[in-house]
Amino acid sequence: MRTDLPRKAAYLLVCVALLVVAAGASVSVGAHTIAPAEIWRAFADHTGADDHVIIRDIRVPRTVLGICVGAALGASGTLIQTLTRNPLAEPGILGVTAGAGFAITVGGALHLADAQSAQLALAFAGAVLAALLVYSVGRTSPLRLVLAGVALSSVLAGVSLGIRLMLPDVFDGFRFWSIGSLAGREQTSLAVPLSLIVLALIGAMAVTRPLNALVLGEQVAHVLGGRVARTRAAVLVLVTLLAAVATAVAGPIAFVGLMVPHLARRPAGGSVPWLMAYTMLLGPILLLVSDIGARVLLTTGEVPVAVVTAFLGGPVLIWAVRRHGAAAL
Amino acid sequence: MNDLVLRAGRFSVRIERRTTVVSLVLVAVALLLAVFGLCYGASWTTPSDALSALAGHGDSAFVVREWRAPRVAAALVFGASLGLAGAIFQNITRNPLGSPDVIGLDAGAYTGALISITVLGGTAVQLAVGSILGGLLTAAAVYFLSLGSGLSGLRLIVIGIAMNAILTAVNSWIVLRAELEIAMAATGWSSGSLNGVEWAGVRLPFLVIGVLTLLLVTLSHAMHQSALGDELAVTSGVALDRLRLLLVLAGVGCTATVTAVAGPIVFIALAAPQIGRRLARAGGVPPASAALTGAVLLLAADLIAQLLLAPVALPVGVVTTAIGGCYLIWLLVKEVRRP
Repeated sequence: MRTDLPRKAAYLLVCVALLVVAAGASVSVGAHTIAPAEIWRAFADHTGADDHVIIRDIRVPRTVLGICVGAALGASGTLIQTLTRNPLAEPGILGVTAGAGFAITVGGALHLADAQSAQLALAFAGAVLAALLVYSVGRTSPLRLVLAGVALSSVLAGVSLGIRLMLPDVFDGFRFWSIGSLAGREQTSLAVPLSLIVLALIGAMAVTRPLNALVLGEQVAHVLGGRVARTRAAVLVLVTLLAAVATAVAGPIAFVGLMVPHLARRPAGGSVPWLMAYTMLLGPILLLVSDIGARVLLTTGEVPVAVVTAFLGGPVLIWAVRRHGAAAL
Repeated sequence: MNDLVLRAGRFSVRIERRTTVVSLVLVAVALLLAVFGLCYGASWTTPSDALSALAGHGDSAFVVREWRAPRVAAALVFGASLGLAGAIFQNITRNPLGSPDVIGLDAGAYTGALISITVLGGTAVQLAVGSILGGLLTAAAVYFLSLGSGLSGLRLIVIGIAMNAILTAVNSWIVLRAELEIAMAATGWSSGSLNGVEWAGVRLPFLVIGVLTLLLVTLSHAMHQSALGDELAVTSGVALDRLRLLLVLAGVGCTATVTAVAGPIVFIALAAPQIGRRLARAGGVPPASAALTGAVLLLAADLIAQLLLAPVALPVGVVTTAIGGCYLIWLLVKEVRRP
């Protein structure tokens, strides 16, 4: 284990470097591409020029949002895949994000979701309920868990669509929200949700050690002195918190939590703490790259980033089923 | 036994009593719903008026014959077509979840239809061809990606779900790319809707579905044989590969034709065969009861969609999604309980 420490650290550094490049590109590329030198000047020597305002008020907040949401989705994917030992588990596929979205739509219809704190609480409650339901229905096999999640997601999506068609003002409010995207989200106040995400990420890092013991099996974890029930409960709370807050700020974005752990698993070599560290870097990289794609794919406007992640994530799911799914059958 | 056997020369058909009774009941329910559908609209027409209007008499003749009748007919025929497609795919995959909408064929047919609208201009024929090609390509892709585990099993279905996600993303990308008018039309259509169906739009689809149904009638005997197991089917003289290919072609045709006209209406193909099977208490997935159940389900769903928020008519796909998803969860709960 010790001998491959330099290799793991090197991979971590590569991820950090990639994240810096992706963040830089995310600030500079867009409908109006801005030279990297100008980005520096916007902060060091702010003149109030249009480019500087775009960078400071739109591009940088959007990039920060992308980093936090990407890390949150990736971390929740890693936690749930590790806990359930199911390589197909993902908050988006398991209906957790759909539950959060449904709760926010219902809250909007009942005029409960006006304040941001209420919206976050609703998203969390919806995510918890959906997670419990899906887990109780589909716990017997990995593929069945996916099916239960897909089924619940489609019920909730159908009912949400019905509600939104019934109430035009709710429709208007959730037209943009209902498709996951980072565009326009930087305009709302992000202090509370982003600090929640950061706290939850610290918590996720903290549970990796007990989780590492749990991966070896419940009995081993007991022998090693881990408190299995407490670890499991903490992981489930963190998974739903991360997925719910990310969904509340960016809308439902599927597949990021599925893809990232698969990219991180091989270099992590079975160590959950390293897996989590890579995930928290690869998640933002993936989301920022998808978001840049979302901006440049169409000349007329933007594609929601969730469309890009679904397009990238579908093949990953097929690959994962072909690789891991056969054993479960 | 109570079964009836009809003989004509060297052909004989055995008709199970329960299947016959169930079929007759389903036809009666469908007729009752159809009469209700003819009566219901912006204004209520009494059943006797509606029936005489159907024959061309009375003030409401135009409304009933040109607006309500095509919608009711479309719901019945499309529902039956989706039920048939579901029965075919559930027979081939030997899985109650292996229906064309779950494994992405609807989304693929919709992609084909969208491409033919945005690139070619979208006449009725182009739409039909585009969506059938889209459905076939998707079926081929899902089949080849899930090779190695055979055609059955949950793996095929999860691969289909992934395919569905990719194609849904492609579809929304196409809609976002398109000009506003096309995008608006496509969005209304994307949830599956019978709003604004006219006779002119359904003649060709009805013809296609009729031909496919005839093809299935000729194949049904072989399909029953193959449901008993591959080896038994081969020894009893069924050319399995050719049979499967024909069945997949017919099933894709049935789904894609409906998608071309009404957009992707999900879950009828999933639920109808299973409900029909339980009603008829049959062993396999009998196509006839699947078709009748599908017709009743889609017509009922369309009436609910019209009644729920009257005077606004919801897309019927919204209703089938909500009801069908609950059904899917129930199916999974039941399977979890099974030891």
